[in-house]
Amino acid sequence: MTAAADGTAGPPATASSPLTAGPAGPARAATDLAASPAARSAAGTDHAPAPPPPRPAGADPAAPPRAALDRIRPGRAIAVATGLLVIAMIIGVSVGPAALSLLVIAETLLAKLPWHPAMSVPSLDSAIIWQIRLPRVVLGALVGAMLAGGGAAYQGVFRNPLADPYLLGVAAGGGLGATIVIVTGGSPGLLPPAAFAGAVCAVALTYMLGAGPGRDGEPSGSGAATASIVLAGVAVAALLTAVQTYLQQQHAQTLQVVYSWILGELSLASWSDVTLILPYAVICAVLLISHRRLLDVLRVGEIEAGSLGVDVARLRLIVVLAATLGTAAAVAVSGLIGFVGIIVPHTVRLTAGASYRIVLPVSMIGGAAFLVLADVAARTVQAPAEVPIGVITAAAGAPFFLFVLRSRRTRRDLS
Amino acid sequence: MISLDAVRVSYGQVTALDGVTEEVADGEWLGLIGPNGAGKTTLLRAVARLASYRGHITICGQQVTRMPRRRLARMIAYVPQQPQLPPDMRVGDYVLLGRTPHIGYLRIETDSDRSVCAALLERMALSQMAGRALHTLSGGELQRLVLARALAQEAPILLLDEPTSALDLGRRVDALELIDELRRERSLTVLSAVHDLTLAGQFADRLLLMDRGRVAAAGPPASVLREEVLARHFGPGVQVLTTDTGDLAVISRRHDRSGAA
Repeated sequence: MTAAADGTAGPPATASSPLTAGPAGPARAATDLAASPAARSAAGTDHAPAPPPPRPAGADPAAPPRAALDRIRPGRAIAVATGLLVIAMIIGVSVGPAALSLLVIAETLLAKLPWHPAMSVPSLDSAIIWQIRLPRVVLGALVGAMLAGGGAAYQGVFRNPLADPYLLGVAAGGGLGATIVIVTGGSPGLLPPAAFAGAVCAVALTYMLGAGPGRDGEPSGSGAATASIVLAGVAVAALLTAVQTYLQQQHAQTLQVVYSWILGELSLASWSDVTLILPYAVICAVLLISHRRLLDVLRVGEIEAGSLGVDVARLRLIVVLAATLGTAAAVAVSGLIGFVGIIVPHTVRLTAGASYRIVLPVSMIGGAAFLVLADVAARTVQAPAEVPIGVITAAAGAPFFLFVLRSRRTRRDLS
Repeated sequence: MISLDAVRVSYGQVTALDGVTEEVADGEWLGLIGPNGAGKTTLLRAVARLASYRGHITICGQQVTRMPRRRLARMIAYVPQQPQLPPDMRVGDYVLLGRTPHIGYLRIETDSDRSVCAALLERMALSQMAGRALHTLSGGELQRLVLARALAQEAPILLLDEPTSALDLGRRVDALELIDELRRERSLTVLSAVHDLTLAGQFADRLLLMDRGRVAAAGPPASVLREEVLARHFGPGVQVLTTDTGDLAVISRRHDRSGAA
């Protein structure tokens, strides 16, 4: 639908303008509400008159309490999350086998600027920072942002608190793509595109199978369509995982490589990986955040969102498409890192607020910070060996999440 | 004016609406009554284009199916029987959802949207609760809140599916009185399914008695709320009494217990 088409059509002539002073004004409102029970009693209706509804005591009728109607301002939560991300990135760059001071890091970064003051950073330190640690930190941040943002978006669009970005087969498809490259001895450079293609194909297959035309008379945008997409995702994931497992068993010599890819890793991160996923990350973030208000509307259910003029099927398609691009790009460069997509959005909901105007941006920034820190842990707890980052995200994230959940258990709804 | 012409809705093999033809005048309150499964909810959903149907539904001469969804939402506000109320959503944010059909795709609320909603909260005596979470409101407050969201659409037609089913007897009358006041203030056309036949008769201008997807009777309450008419659709135990204020009270007799003990 176009804005022009919408703009031309006003309500029909019968619609008075209900909110321009007149009888709808606040003074009249109070009179009506207070008078109606009494009027009914006088008319002999045999029930006890209701107590008069609460009246705004001493409120200026010209200025009703507007604070709660002000725009939801995620500013503070975004600022806190951004602060966390900056701290996490500084830790990520400075911690490692070679200890690097903040000064060296700052000088190295400044030296990359076009007109920088003359500085004498040892070339080894500069190389460690610029070639090894920084791409890894930036890649971790992008992957964390995509997984957490994708998880938040899936939870919103499927109205299911347990939805994670792998729900529709991204993980199984990406895993199959990567496994095919590994077992056929393809070059490592082929891994990301193969995983990306596998992930996107799996979600496309799920969507085509699950989101067929609704049954006769079924309300458009009913929950049935959502459930059928999710179930198709389960089936597609099972099928692709079966194929992937079969391939893996047939090539037992590559088991170790496949397994470590599946557990997720950032150890081979380079700037080329960053540039590979950056466009998808930008598209994903822009699309998801621009749909934040519509995801809030969807919180009242698909039928009611439809009655408010939202094209639920189109909203779902765009959000799934955006989240899939982001998640598939993340999977392509980092393998399967579990749990981020569930715990980060829920931690944001429980601590900062459940509106998607808060949940989407703050999850992305917070997810970035979380994954950078998880990666620091992954490469330090058993240094010089690396623990798979997926192990860290689950082992550190689960207890933290349970703590948040229990401390906020009075909040009743996670969806 | 809403006009339905041979409207049929089927869910698979089940026919929920079987050729309903009816006209609703501007400013009229049409009460939909009938036993469970009569098609009342389906009729409301079809008018709001939330169920696909065969036949024709027009609003002011325009086919509902040809209208963009957003434009339809500016003409029809629909309140389902059990609205979904996210417990941790704030009252103010919930009412603002009603402005969705007036807000461009990917845009967010303007100050004028907030003014509309603030005035409605004031009208519904909910201003003091604007910052509270929905789960802290009582049933009556939630009911007014849901109405406020529907009115925020500024649509001339209000579809209400059992608007009072969650309320106690006193609150039911309060709610219906409020709806009556609002529709007079704003010249709304109201279509509502009402389970309670007595209340339906007291408030609606006209009743549409439905049974198994068809219109069984239609007309002013006095012509529809008659024992011989109701008995055919609700069973033989229905009794219609006239109160001393002239209202019709529909009650049900207990089943014949002469054979028992």
